[in-house]
Amino acid sequence: MAFEGLAQRLQGTLQKITGKGKISEADVKEMMREVRFALIEADVNLKVVKTFVKTVSERAIGQDVMKSLTPGQQVVKIVKDELTNLMGGEQNPIQFSRKSPTVIMMVGLQGAGKTTSSGKLATVLRKRHNKNPLLVAADVYRPAAIQQLETLGKQLTVPVFSLGTDISPVEIVRQALEKAEKEHHDVVLIDTAGRLHIDEVLMQELKDIRELATPEEVFLVVDAMTGQDAVNVAQNFDDAVGITGVILTKLDGDTRGGAALSIRTVTEKPIKFVGMGEKMDALEPFHPERMASRILGM
Amino acid sequence: ARFRVIDEEFFEELEELLLQADVGFETVMELIDQLKLEVKRKNMKDTAGIQSVISEKLVEIYEAGEKMDSKLNIQADGLTVILMVGVNGVGKTTTIGKLSARLMAEGKTVMLAAGDTFRAGAIEQLVVWGERAGVEVIRQSEGSDPAAVMYDAIRAAKNRHVDVLICDTAGRLQNKVNLMKELEKVHRIISNEVEGAPHEVLLALDATTGQNALVQAQTFKEATNVTGIVLTKLDGTAKGGIVLAIRNKLKIPVKFVGLGEGMDDLQPFDPEKYVYGLFADGLEQETEASDTIDK
Ligand SMILES: Nc1nc2c(ncn2[C@@H]2O[C@H](COP(=O)(O)OP(=O)(O)OP(=O)(O)O)[C@@H](O)[C@H]2O)c(=O)[nH]1
Ligand SMILES: Nc1nc2c(ncn2[C@@H]2O[C@H](COP(=O)(O)OP(=O)(O)OP(=O)(O)O)[C@@H](O)[C@H]2O)c(=O)[nH]1
Ligand SMILES: [K+]
Ligand SMILES: [Mg+2]
Ligand SMILES: [Mg+2]
Repeated sequence: MAFEGLAQRLQGTLQKITGKGKISEADVKEMMREVRFALIEADVNLKVVKTFVKTVSERAIGQDVMKSLTPGQQVVKIVKDELTNLMGGEQNPIQFSRKSPTVIMMVGLQGAGKTTSSGKLATVLRKRHNKNPLLVAADVYRPAAIQQLETLGKQLTVPVFSLGTDISPVEIVRQALEKAEKEHHDVVLIDTAGRLHIDEVLMQELKDIRELATPEEVFLVVDAMTGQDAVNVAQNFDDAVGITGVILTKLDGDTRGGAALSIRTVTEKPIKFVGMGEKMDALEPFHPERMASRILGM
Repeated sequence: ARFRVIDEEFFEELEELLLQADVGFETVMELIDQLKLEVKRKNMKDTAGIQSVISEKLVEIYEAGEKMDSKLNIQADGLTVILMVGVNGVGKTTTIGKLSARLMAEGKTVMLAAGDTFRAGAIEQLVVWGERAGVEVIRQSEGSDPAAVMYDAIRAAKNRHVDVLICDTAGRLQNKVNLMKELEKVHRIISNEVEGAPHEVLLALDATTGQNALVQAQTFKEATNVTGIVLTKLDGTAKGGIVLAIRNKLKIPVKFVGLGEGMDDLQPFDPEKYVYGLFADGLEQETEASDTIDK
């Protein structure tokens, strides 16, 4: 399988040219072809790859890389630094609104992990932030979506607000906000139905919820295995509802997760959490540097 | 008509289109190489007729010199067992709902086994699909042993002389060794209880998935001898191009595509139509764009 590490591949490229004594611009170009290949194999979006390779090439050729004794390592280092920078340097915490309750909305494609991540977030809010969250079941479409959230709520002893499937999601959210006010919940966590980014009717529904609930955070939940289409998805969700951050799920798998870079680049919104399993405690803060290494297969 | 010369730039654009459809580097390179040969052989100068040549070559890569039946292996007599497997959230349970409706429409009697005893709401979800399609669902409580559910379901299916039993399983990432062992066990129970079963092991693949899908197919094949793929969520903008490499390298054909969340949104896979969809729109746009530049 073509998933071997970038470092290893660059070494291979280098070995072919070590006989030549000095490294030329053409050699750097050759190495950057390997970088390009590694990024595409890792599912980084092609357009993002192009821009990235261009930036890094300029840096590599402009600096003392070619004169150095270990040009391969130098290139790898530049690639990794640039990648880490693009991922966003700092860890980004959840934002809370000054006026209670803080509303958090979960949005994304079908099956990305919104409902599961809602449960996990409730756990984080309660344990790490001492909050008293209310989960809202606003998915009236998927069979048994409400039961799924209620089961998780029961497990976590976090209350779940639901009104069945005959009431519109906007109305459900409106009533949930009333209840949160009355019962002093300081965070309202809205689980919405999965939808395609090209589904205009359902995207409008998200806009309506956003307008009504004025969320402090709108998290786009994205499956880490996503391929080239991640940019379209992220762009459309961001344009429609204005996301504030990303939760990258299923990172406990063996995907390289290049979609993370694509999403970060097109939306410029931070990846705030990663999902590391199906259990309710498997939500972790995002580490840009680890993600960079992973994408490069190092 | 909108023709342009076939030059390096044309091949580069095609390469990019296919990469953006998640076809993967190796397959794209193979296609471009073969295409270049064919263009030379046929002495093609412009893009008139190039689309059908690209389609042809892509189907050739997909089939890898060996036609495979994309029909389901349904037994003429006795019980047919279909096992649905795949990673988390790809559309296994939904596909089972759609497939039940399809088989019922063909006059088969169908029963479902709620083998996902792990994920919250999974059993209830399958039960809703069972009600929609009008088929019985054999279930135990959440947390029970999935192999035991299968055992129960097979007995029920035999007692009631059902034609097809479709077994749902919990989503699992292919690198989770214990969960893959559990799946092997489920597979073993089924093959012990019914001669020749499972007759189909369908791997659900989300069309949105990138290159990891190849590893998914390989690992699930090792564990359960996958016989076919259901490529789900093709109603979005993702194309799932990695199925070309999966069919070429692992000899697993796509049998159905999922085109939505409704009961009727499952269709048999058509390779010609599918490969055309991987590049045709994009190529047209590119050709139009270069046309305007030329003028
Ligand atoms: N291994 C793993 N599985 C996850 C993770 N997050 C979610 N899942 C699983 O992914 C599947 C889909 O998760 P859901 O939470 O139902 O996804 P969703 O986005 O709410 O789905 P829809 O409501 O249908 O759009 C389930 O099987 C979850 O257990 C994760 O970080 N790791
Ligand atoms: N747009 C679209 N959505 C689909 C399709 N197939 C399934 N879905 C949706 O994808 C989500 C996940 O589907 P499930 O059937 O629950 O997936 P699963 O593989 O059983 O998930 P787990 O059991 O949690 O691993 C649901 O919201 C489905 O409605 C499809 O072909 N198109
Ligand atoms: K998915
Ligand atoms: Mg959900
Ligand atoms: Mg399921």
